[in-house]
Amino acid sequence: MSTPIDYLLHLADNAVVLGQRNAEWCGHGPILEEDMALANVSLDLIGQARLLYQRAAELMGGDASEDKLAYFRGPHEFRNYTLLELPHHGALVGYAAADRDYATTIVRNFLYSALMVHVWDGLQQSADASLAAIAAKSLKETSYHLHHSRDWLVRMGDGTEESHARAQAAVNHLMPYTEEFWTTSPAEGAAVAAKVAIDVWALRPAWDALVNDALEQATLTRPNFHGYVTEGKIGLHSEHLSYLLGEMQGLARAHPGATW
Amino acid sequence: MYTQAMDIPDESGKKLAAVSNAPSDQEAAFEARIDADGRIEPQDWMPDAYRRTLVRQISQHAHSEIVGMLPEGNWISRAPSLKRKAILIAKVQDEGGHGLYLYSAAETLGTSREQMLEGLHSGKAKYSSIFNYPTLNWADVGVIGWLVDGAAIMNQVPLCRCSYGPYARAMVRVCKEESFHQRQGYEALLVMMKGTDEQRAMVQDAVNRYWWKCLAMFGPPDADSPHSAQGMRWGIKRISNDDLRQKFIDATVPQAKVLGVTLPDPELKWNEARGHYDYGQIDWAEFWNTVEGNGPCNKERLATRVKAHNDGQWVRDAAQAYARKQKERALKEAA
Repeated sequence: MSTPIDYLLHLADNAVVLGQRNAEWCGHGPILEEDMALANVSLDLIGQARLLYQRAAELMGGDASEDKLAYFRGPHEFRNYTLLELPHHGALVGYAAADRDYATTIVRNFLYSALMVHVWDGLQQSADASLAAIAAKSLKETSYHLHHSRDWLVRMGDGTEESHARAQAAVNHLMPYTEEFWTTSPAEGAAVAAKVAIDVWALRPAWDALVNDALEQATLTRPNFHGYVTEGKIGLHSEHLSYLLGEMQGLARAHPGATW
Repeated sequence: MYTQAMDIPDESGKKLAAVSNAPSDQEAAFEARIDADGRIEPQDWMPDAYRRTLVRQISQHAHSEIVGMLPEGNWISRAPSLKRKAILIAKVQDEGGHGLYLYSAAETLGTSREQMLEGLHSGKAKYSSIFNYPTLNWADVGVIGWLVDGAAIMNQVPLCRCSYGPYARAMVRVCKEESFHQRQGYEALLVMMKGTDEQRAMVQDAVNRYWWKCLAMFGPPDADSPHSAQGMRWGIKRISNDDLRQKFIDATVPQAKVLGVTLPDPELKWNEARGHYDYGQIDWAEFWNTVEGNGPCNKERLATRVKAHNDGQWVRDAAQAYARKQKERALKEAA
């Protein structure tokens, strides 16, 4: 059984975009141990993306390859959650510049890994054996990412007045983007219908429980949501993705056909 | 990543000549162990000057690893394939790991990481000057692996036999990872040299910019090397700067031939009588100018480290505050 390509790209794009963001801390972390931890998270995510793109390329045939998929598609073709492409700071327009905020990074990693531990766990039973194998490997890595980000979320929330305020601001900023987890894209619908994926909607109670428990321990408040639900997974992104991809893809695109 | 020859004076080394006031029997035992090529461990008595020299050397080495993350980190976001991106992230992460072992090794001498970082951030402590040059094209990443890590290995392999146990043991692991990095760098360049004209030009450009800087990494000529003799006596330094430099050149010239790049030194030629390659004059004025803080990237490198540290203060404070609260809660529960 093979997985709809758009669904594989959704999973792969999530991983590559968040991997790219996490790597931005390399050399700038708040303490050496965290610098290395985020590099490790990034490395895991890039590794997941590679396997998923390779599987997609295999199904696509022809001259498709992991690097063609990562480097030679435009922002509108990327299928990642909008949450994952945001810069490491609060709400600002695409061409604004601001300092990286570690609370934003940690909260985002937490919200995403709290979802993905359940997604990968479910995908281990995928009818697509290749995807099931990728899921088994990714689950181990994502459990570590969840552990790491949850620990820091609690430290920040229940740390100092400043860290509490920063963590709360990051939760307020990012939580609305998680609404995108619970809509169903055509790719997700097709994957569920083909019995190669699980219905993410069904994971919501488990995700809620994980998030609420961590926020409570961190003495943080979960904001109420109303308003626009992002649509990155169908290719409608924020202003931030094209900058991220411009930087990531520039060198590869300047030398099309080159081997590295 | 690597260290340059560790006889670059900085503030922590100024009192190197201080006379130890320890009882002579302890000193005699120390000297005897050094003479027998034995290891000195943290709990052992050691002369103050030996301790200070090691703190200076190991912390300079640790700082070099941490600052050295920046020039290569500069290309992570733009790596031209996912495989190269993953290799580069892993490599830069390894360098952070080397920094950690080395700070830990230096801490066994009674200096905290915080104190060492204060030395770096205030500009008192030095780090390897090679990182004060910019990484201008993707091939710089490969060339840093091949030449800079290659030079580092030449410098560091003898340190695995250093007289101070924790440093020697840290270096065993560091050297294993460095030789892996060197092979990865060289392999990346081989692929580029088999590619397009533009890729080959990138490699040659990077080699042109880094070759002379790598030769300078071995430190000043033996005749001008202030701490070398004492370092040799103490078993902290095993091979002289000039001997290591020659060894590096002799090993690298054939590798450059295989790669198909030209090393930018018209005087570089095999000397049958010496059994070594002859090479041209290193620009020591430029080297010292950079060591003293006036190279192309010194200010950017240091300011970036200082900013990361300052911006991260609230994160470290949060972790400490949380740990304190947890301890208090545990005490209350126990009461």
